[in-house]
Amino acid sequence: MKTWLALHAHSFAIALDRLRRAPLASLISVLVIGTAIALPSGLYLLLDNLGKATADAAPRTELSVFFKLNTAEAAARQMGQGLQQQPEIASVRFIGRDEALRRLERLGLGDITAGLPGNPLPHALILGTQDSSPAALARLAETLRKRPEVDRVKLDSDWARRLNALMQLGERITWLLAGLFGLALAAITGNTIRLQIYAQRDEIEVARLLGATDRFIRRPFLYFGGLQGLLGGAAAWGLLGLALTLLRDRIAELSTAYGSEFALTGLSWPDGMALLAISGLLGLLGALFAVAHTQRALRID
Amino acid sequence: MIELNDVTKRYPGGHEALSHVSLGIAKGEMVFVNGRSGAGKSTLLKLIAATERPTSGSVVVFGQNIGRMRRSGLPYFRRNLGLVFQDHKLLYDRSVFDNVLLPLQIQGLTGHEAGKRVRAALDRAGLAGKERARPITLSGGEQQRLCIARAIVGRPQLLIADEPSANLDEAYAGEIMETFRALNQVGVTLIISTHDQSQAQRYGGRSITLAEGKLS
Repeated sequence: MKTWLALHAHSFAIALDRLRRAPLASLISVLVIGTAIALPSGLYLLLDNLGKATADAAPRTELSVFFKLNTAEAAARQMGQGLQQQPEIASVRFIGRDEALRRLERLGLGDITAGLPGNPLPHALILGTQDSSPAALARLAETLRKRPEVDRVKLDSDWARRLNALMQLGERITWLLAGLFGLALAAITGNTIRLQIYAQRDEIEVARLLGATDRFIRRPFLYFGGLQGLLGGAAAWGLLGLALTLLRDRIAELSTAYGSEFALTGLSWPDGMALLAISGLLGLLGALFAVAHTQRALRID
Repeated sequence: MIELNDVTKRYPGGHEALSHVSLGIAKGEMVFVNGRSGAGKSTLLKLIAATERPTSGSVVVFGQNIGRMRRSGLPYFRRNLGLVFQDHKLLYDRSVFDNVLLPLQIQGLTGHEAGKRVRAALDRAGLAGKERARPITLSGGEQQRLCIARAIVGRPQLLIADEPSANLDEAYAGEIMETFRALNQVGVTLIISTHDQSQAQRYGGRSITLAEGKLS
């Protein structure tokens, strides 16, 4: 066990030394890898933030029923109670016109109605449905529209569905980009290591003649690949943090303007650790590929 | 300790470097392999060090048949050897100390014990006090002694030196050969290839001569 640890410590020290000996080249490689990882990670972060921001707007199957302005509150409430009895209706929420106005004011949009002589908003019912299929919803909306006291029926989940579809597309694009940039990371690391192997052929030959095993020769290159990937991941994390710092104030201003408390959040610790682990692993994979590809250079006998 | 039975080595292209060579070397011997350039000296040493395999015949070292040895077993076999090269094969980007430390690192030995053994090997090779120097700053003789220090730090049973005193002036060559004699006196088996046929007489070893790949 002691020997095994000593061999690994030696390989790790060599890998660190190789990074240290070419600081500029190492820094450039790490930054290139960091930027490559930061792009899909940034997109992931954006989607994650968007997801949180629109969490309340998850695709619920809701219908908003707006009454004609001259409909009395009692009549509107009565219709709501009637709908509550129907099997296809899961929930009914009544929003009176005064409450609707108060909500509008809370959102900072009170100015819109301030100049008007009275409250222009109608009473409304928010209906939750048992069947969320587009056909069932359309049927129910059509039935409700025929009621004389009803002015307008709106399917609230439409925009949320569209947003959800866009987010799913964004997610796909993120994974696709992550795959492509992951491949780029592995390729960059692999190429660096391939060049290192050729540059260190003499050293490898000497080590071979002195009794070095395949593992002894390969190990420092694998550690180097893993380290480079890990540092690239750390650089990506840092770049994302920097981007968030630069954007956070502007986003907060924008959110406040829309009456929202939304604030950009960075990578969580588990996400950050996963980023480091994945980038380290990709670096290691690149190194494994490079070592396997230049096997002949590593074999002297 | 070493047995060569009817060994022939033919390289790709057809050149026969060794032809039907049979030879035995006992433990603790100091053997000088003489011969002109191209006589097959280096090939003989490479076969014993298992960096080449015989085309026919058998090379048995420490009871192991080199020709039949698996590739994965070679590194462990080589750790019992000390190799001294004519061109030194030093790592010029590492210090004298780190060059000698390398065989121990390969064996997984580090720390205080490794440091002690490196300093002892450097002391024996007459390089004490040069630990931090870079090999490039050493003279030709010192570089060869550094190569010897690296070869003996693993306490090998067998030391193989391929023309260790070639390219060195007489004084440096004498120093190197004295170092070898001292090692032989503490029980290390030595095989040294050389152009100089008088060395065996001078340093008290057995002399064998190769000519055109055959023992003469």
